[in-house]
Amino acid sequence: MKKIKKIKIKLNGKIKLVNKNLSVQNLVNEFKIPIKKVAIELNEEILNKKMLKKIRLKKNDKIEIVHFIGGG
Amino acid sequence: MAKLTLNKLIIANKKFNSRLIVGTGKYRNMNECAKALEYSGAEIVTVAVRRVNISDKKKPLLMDYIDPKKITYLPNTAGCFNSKEALRTLRLAREIGGWKLVKLEVLGDKKNLFPEMIETLKSTEILTKEGFKVMVYCNDDPLMAKRLENAGASAIMPLAAPIGSGLGILNKVNIKIIRKQTKLPLIIDAGLGQASDAAIAMELGCDGVLVNTAIAKAKKPFKMALAFKNAVIAGRQSYMAGRIKKIIIGSPSSPSKGII
Repeated sequence: MKKIKKIKIKLNGKIKLVNKNLSVQNLVNEFKIPIKKVAIELNEEILNKKMLKKIRLKKNDKIEIVHFIGGG
Repeated sequence: MAKLTLNKLIIANKKFNSRLIVGTGKYRNMNECAKALEYSGAEIVTVAVRRVNISDKKKPLLMDYIDPKKITYLPNTAGCFNSKEALRTLRLAREIGGWKLVKLEVLGDKKNLFPEMIETLKSTEILTKEGFKVMVYCNDDPLMAKRLENAGASAIMPLAAPIGSGLGILNKVNIKIIRKQTKLPLIIDAGLGQASDAAIAMELGCDGVLVNTAIAKAKKPFKMALAFKNAVIAGRQSYMAGRIKKIIIGSPSSPSKGII
């Protein structure tokens, strides 16, 4: 079996090891993120949620996933 | 009796029955927050944009407690100290679900949480050009309020006092001056401590008030939410009714004719 190479990314400020070429969609699925209730940023650029399958993660990518919480 | 009902609050062409906007922060839990909202009768809530908790997937979500289809979410930029951070936050907020009506709040001072007005003005200009409807937290300076209006703000939201201070309206004169100069919705944002403060704001001619801490941190938040609801209605009615002139001599309420 071919070993899948892992890469380091930063997800919400935390370093995570993920499979190389993992799509953002896969990442979101892996962490069970309710996609309709969040916004996603890749290296400070907002991603179109319809395009997540096509965007593959690279080494040192910074992903931010945000949602609404209580605030004044 | 129909004529005695209050007219609606209109912000960016959207109509609201309630003139009370409530924040959703500082509550003990989401249940308490949602219930207080119900008591307040508010139709708009402010919300913050923050990172999703990646490690705790079971953490309750605000949207599961407050339905964004029924209640208008007003994303804020709390915690932003410059235009760049504020723009990033609101662009993300828009992406979550198409929100265009937003509350801009750029702070300049960590201790007093006073608004950084130069960055606020700059952000208002940019956001307006991007199609946002911007409700702007600002200081109670009539000149700055005018500049925000000229920059395309959808509502002017001067502070009563520092955020969370509970001091009530510190500068009623400035609020009155701002009221006179603008037809935009004028909403007191921050610093109220009790229901009567909201009534005073409304009597000054404000179109609404935004309250968070005074309700969330009251000993009994539900009772306080209801009190604010009633105070806003009473204050608005009082304003619309037109108060009597102040005089410094007594004027008897009973006629002097026919005294025995």
